[in-house]
Amino acid sequence: MSEKRTSLSPARFLSARRRHRSAGLVVLLFGLLAVGSAYAAFAPGAAVADNSAQSQQIEEGKKLFAVGCSSCHGLNAEGGGNGEGDLAGPSLIGVGAAAVDFQVGTGRMPAMQPGAQIPRKTVAYTPEEIEALAAYVASLAPGPAVPATDSYDISKATDEQVTRGGELFRTNCTACHNFAGKGGALPNGRYAPSLMNVDPKHIYEAMLTGPQQMPVFSDQVLQPEDKRDIIAYLNALQEQKDPGGFGLGRLGPVSEGLWGWLVGIGLLVCVAVWIGAKGVKAKGAKAE
Amino acid sequence: MSDTKEKPATAEFPPPVKWVDDRLGIGKLGRKNLRKVFPDHWSFMLGEIALYSFIILILTGIFLTLWFKPSMAEVEYQGSYSLLKGLHMSEAYASTLDISFDIRGGLLMRQIHHWAAVLFIAAMMVHLLRIFFTGAFRKPRELNWVIGFGMLFLGIIEGFIGYGLPDDLLSGTGLRITQGMIQASPVVGTYMSFFIFGGEFPGDDFVSRFFTVHVLLIPGLILALVTVHLFLVVYHKHTQYPGPGRTNNNVVGYPLMPVYMAKAGGFFFVVFGITALMGALLQINPVWLYGPYNPAEVTAGSQPDWYMGWLEGSVRIMPGFESEFWGVTLSWNLLIPALIIPPAFVTLVALYPFIEGWITGDKREHHLLDRPRNVPTRTGIGAAFITFYGLLWIGGGNDLIATHFGVSLNSVTWFLRFAVFLGPVLAFWVTRRIAISLQRADNERLLHGLESGIIVRSPDGSYSEKHTPISNYEAYELTARDRLVPYEVGPETDDNGVRAPRRALNKLRARLSRFYYADAVQKPTAAEIEEAHSHGHDDDLHELTDSDNFHEITPDRH
Repeated sequence: MSEKRTSLSPARFLSARRRHRSAGLVVLLFGLLAVGSAYAAFAPGAAVADNSAQSQQIEEGKKLFAVGCSSCHGLNAEGGGNGEGDLAGPSLIGVGAAAVDFQVGTGRMPAMQPGAQIPRKTVAYTPEEIEALAAYVASLAPGPAVPATDSYDISKATDEQVTRGGELFRTNCTACHNFAGKGGALPNGRYAPSLMNVDPKHIYEAMLTGPQQMPVFSDQVLQPEDKRDIIAYLNALQEQKDPGGFGLGRLGPVSEGLWGWLVGIGLLVCVAVWIGAKGVKAKGAKAE
Repeated sequence: MSDTKEKPATAEFPPPVKWVDDRLGIGKLGRKNLRKVFPDHWSFMLGEIALYSFIILILTGIFLTLWFKPSMAEVEYQGSYSLLKGLHMSEAYASTLDISFDIRGGLLMRQIHHWAAVLFIAAMMVHLLRIFFTGAFRKPRELNWVIGFGMLFLGIIEGFIGYGLPDDLLSGTGLRITQGMIQASPVVGTYMSFFIFGGEFPGDDFVSRFFTVHVLLIPGLILALVTVHLFLVVYHKHTQYPGPGRTNNNVVGYPLMPVYMAKAGGFFFVVFGITALMGALLQINPVWLYGPYNPAEVTAGSQPDWYMGWLEGSVRIMPGFESEFWGVTLSWNLLIPALIIPPAFVTLVALYPFIEGWITGDKREHHLLDRPRNVPTRTGIGAAFITFYGLLWIGGGNDLIATHFGVSLNSVTWFLRFAVFLGPVLAFWVTRRIAISLQRADNERLLHGLESGIIVRSPDGSYSEKHTPISNYEAYELTARDRLVPYEVGPETDDNGVRAPRRALNKLRARLSRFYYADAVQKPTAAEIEEAHSHGHDDDLHELTDSDNFHEITPDRH
């Protein structure tokens, strides 16, 4: 609020304004800022200075957890009630880093409100913060780790692997997620979400950890290369342009029927009305 | 207006026509039939949409048969769709993929064929609704209603079998459900299933069997029924809406040649054009996405094409009742929604003309159509039918409704379980009341004319609105209908004190008839109209010179 409003030199400016109504407030703010920065610069740094980078990360994660997650999951991730006897958040001991990376990395956590299912939304934390949270939760008990980048690297997938992924996808996934990965309904307001535009890492983690309604497809059930092939097939589906024209959402016959009635029959009836009106007027006018 | 004057048959035919005429005698036939007069209204063209879609189906279907291989033999796919390359699948599915990706124009033809099927059945249904609500099914056209209904039924079966032919995951799942329904029929279920599929499902036979039924048997039957249907339209002559100059004994319109030839021909190309556009722009039944059928796989969103959707919904909303008698399991959860309710509903609709005829006791011929409001009970019944059908239809897509509208699948299902009973009743009642109010509004128009918007204040201070009389044409249109009189049950005993036979049945009939006609508003009598006009309040605007005409145009037909 200060310098740019005037062309006076700084000293003259300050002295000219020292009796300004809000001068005291500005000085107070500066003072607070200085003390705060000094504390941030020295105090925590001193505390963790001699710990390893990992435990620093865990410590950071624990703090983030205490602020953003503990109200539902409990201060020590042991799970918590909502005060009325219902579970607000399950225990996170043993869920592993992969679960945290999936839940927080897709924006599902922190949840806005309890409901049948926590939806995907804008991610609230930075990648570093997510890593810290994951490190903290992983430190509580062993669980699936965040998969290595090459385990879901599909850039080298062969056609054969993609086809194989398709078979695995149809056998294990389509029953809930639909043939094109568009998602589907589950009982009581729950649903299998769409798999389109999902980070391969998160698909991998979902299979590994079985978030929300999803069953766990452990590495013994779907081996790492199976998972990679499924991701490759999903990627191919997403890239594929619909050869038949507009895909109608790839939802199956329901949307086809809707289009058939609204567009097809709708247009044809309009034409019938038009032809009907045409004849009567032109001919009728002549005859009368 | 009607162009019924025939030109004298003086003109010699041009040589080529003469050559044909000398051999086939078409001149006489043509002269009579080409001058046949048809009435004009857009709603009379709905059946045409169905007919043209059927022609498109035959044309595109012939194309598809040239490449489709109706065989369940296992092959390894080596076509150009890379996501399925190397998979083992039936020849039927592989050849469908070939048609889609490796045959020039194949995908377009497949899509036109499928869209035409969607439109074919939709158009038949819209046509059926038009016939229903205008009472065009009444004597002498009851049989044509049944024939039309037969075509609709065959068309649905035909469509469903066509949906099953490509042997993809979706169609296989659909067939599996159908097979489950067949098996649910008590005693004969298992036998029927084995008979249809030639052994355990899916077996190796069904594609070749279904193919023959799909390309030969059912199209042949539909074609035969179309012929009879159209022949009967010509024989009965087309019905027409009431209007000036139109009576039960004439047909006012234009001759087939040239007016309707041009109109119908043009309309055919419009239908073909729209279907081709849909086939070119809107992807339908992407079999490559579903993958080959494998009984171990299933996909969310497994639905039949729209015309089977109500059956699907009926099964989906049924609670899972089952009971066991002496070691035999009766699956009520399939028996009721698949094998009892749909056939009962279909039979009810198919026999509706006879049911209504029996209730009303109406034995006269009808060539003038009803305006739906003038038969409020029938219109209400129609609305109830539509509601019932529509609710089951919604049930067929309950999963997509749940996900797209963010509601619980279970709530949709539970809502439908009640709505399917209450909805039709509500729809009946509301529609009937609306029809009755429209009738009252019509009577108001007849008796008092149009509201002119001119408010007049009389010397003693009262206000009234001037009414202008409606035209004779409109008055005719509003009154060209019968008075609806409930069926009378007759005296309990005859002169000799002998009880009349079948008394209970007749009483039921009379009660139904009263229900049918109870609240219908009768059109005003000629005397009432005259009365209203001569004693019209404050009416300088009324020109009473027309009132004589009302005597002529509102004859009581009894």
